[in-house]
Amino acid sequence: MEDPFYREEILDHYYSSEHRGRLERPDHVCDLDNPFCGDQIHVELAVEGERVVEMRFDGKGCVISQAAASLLADRIEGATVEETLKLGPDDVLAMLGIPLTPNRMKCGLLGLRAVRQALTARSAAT
Amino acid sequence: MADATARERVGLDVSRLRADFPTLVEEVRPGVPLRYLDNAATALKPTAVIEAVRECMADYPANVHRGLHALSERATAAFEDARARVARRLGVGDDPAQVIFTRGSTEAINLAARAWGRTTLKPGDAIVLSELEHHANIVPWQMIAAETGAVLRYVDLSDELEYDLDSFDRHFDDGKVRMVATTAMSNVTGVRPPVEEIARRARDRGARVLIDAAQSLAHEPLDVASLGVDFAAFSGHKIFGPTGVGVLYGKRELLEAMEPVLGGGNMVLRVERDRAVWNELPDKFEAGTPPIAEAIGLGAAIDYLEGLDADAVARHERALIEHAHEALGAVEGFRLLGPSDPTAKGPIVGFTLDDAHPHDLAQLLDRFGIAIRAGHHCAMPLHARLGIPASARASLAPYNTTEEIDRLAEALESIKTMLRRR
Repeated sequence: MEDPFYREEILDHYYSSEHRGRLERPDHVCDLDNPFCGDQIHVELAVEGERVVEMRFDGKGCVISQAAASLLADRIEGATVEETLKLGPDDVLAMLGIPLTPNRMKCGLLGLRAVRQALTARSAAT
Repeated sequence: MADATARERVGLDVSRLRADFPTLVEEVRPGVPLRYLDNAATALKPTAVIEAVRECMADYPANVHRGLHALSERATAAFEDARARVARRLGVGDDPAQVIFTRGSTEAINLAARAWGRTTLKPGDAIVLSELEHHANIVPWQMIAAETGAVLRYVDLSDELEYDLDSFDRHFDDGKVRMVATTAMSNVTGVRPPVEEIARRARDRGARVLIDAAQSLAHEPLDVASLGVDFAAFSGHKIFGPTGVGVLYGKRELLEAMEPVLGGGNMVLRVERDRAVWNELPDKFEAGTPPIAEAIGLGAAIDYLEGLDADAVARHERALIEHAHEALGAVEGFRLLGPSDPTAKGPIVGFTLDDAHPHDLAQLLDRFGIAIRAGHHCAMPLHARLGIPASARASLAPYNTTEEIDRLAEALESIKTMLRRR
């Protein structure tokens, strides 16, 4: 059975994202939980001037939450902070290429929420 | 109002039972029949319940207790009749005013914790819980503990997550325990704490007992009178009734000593500018317009339950658990949460499969028409103990079949392939 949700590209992002891991010196970090299904995500961002230069994430969660975070990292590395903060649910859906049910949206948006919170917090938490 | 044929039913003819539930004849998608294994979240509704609610809403959608016209009198009679049925089901038919209608188990436990706790708990008093509890039987106690200075104590669980009575006993050594609140059936693992023994030991030491029967009541009766418990809570929708209605049973002497939590209409006998006089039980705790059609639907659900052959249901559910343990246990990577002994639990199968996130399992099972639940099931302390963020749960009802469990096992095999790292 084929399932667009769990197609190869998404599973690649889930199992072997090049963005999974930690930064040596992150400028912004955020930890978030998705209480709906127990997803956890840790996001680290390196920012130079106005640009996000690197994003790393770590966490345990469903395929959608983790793959969406990886796709988001692809998208925002090189983007400005302003552009990153403008990203919304539709952008995440476009990256995933699949529609999400309202419940599943919480998984899909976990990474984006963490990135937004990381960037809008005063400075790197420790 | 009630399905008369349900009362006459003797054995458990599962295909006939399934015909009582209109949802079961539906297909989730064209060609994909529904395999509903999410009964611990909410049970399906038999036609008798749907009809009772429809009849109320269509024929006598009046308010209760106040109107003097025919429709209101009919609604009041049906509403109070539902209360009487609940009371009889709980073994307290001689005093139905001990049955308080709430929005569900959660509100019922909140009501008990707050109203009883405020008049009883002192700093240092202890409330005994276990990690088997649903958040609804933890958080209200945390809240009243914070308000009164009481403390929470947790009973140990065995490796198979069973209630440890020795650790239970030790909590009483200092004479501080005022309340023991326990589920009658874990919503994650199906574990059935020994409520009879818990109630007896607590009572002997002067502590009150609250039973959360939200999960158990669909599978086994609860006789609060013979158990001698002080409070019991359950939800209508988990016993084949509507959502939006539940019950708090409380012993009359306790309910009478408690202050109401919600103020408003119906809960007062007289209101002056600066004070009010509370109404009698049960109205004292039922401020505002109650869930009328829902309560009447709950009455019909109780009738439906009583029309089933309890022994036949128990035998069937036991066979389902045994089959589930066997068929699912044969799937490589399947890890059962809780007791491996089918006789030690209710028909709830909590599990994980390899490292797959339960949420992915649930979504993929939906492709096969199989409805299960994934997440922490409002039992985060239990999952913390297990060291997992979430689990998957197949929960069974009398209308489920071994064939449906086989389909679940097959689907899990397929999903392992679908999720395989490529």
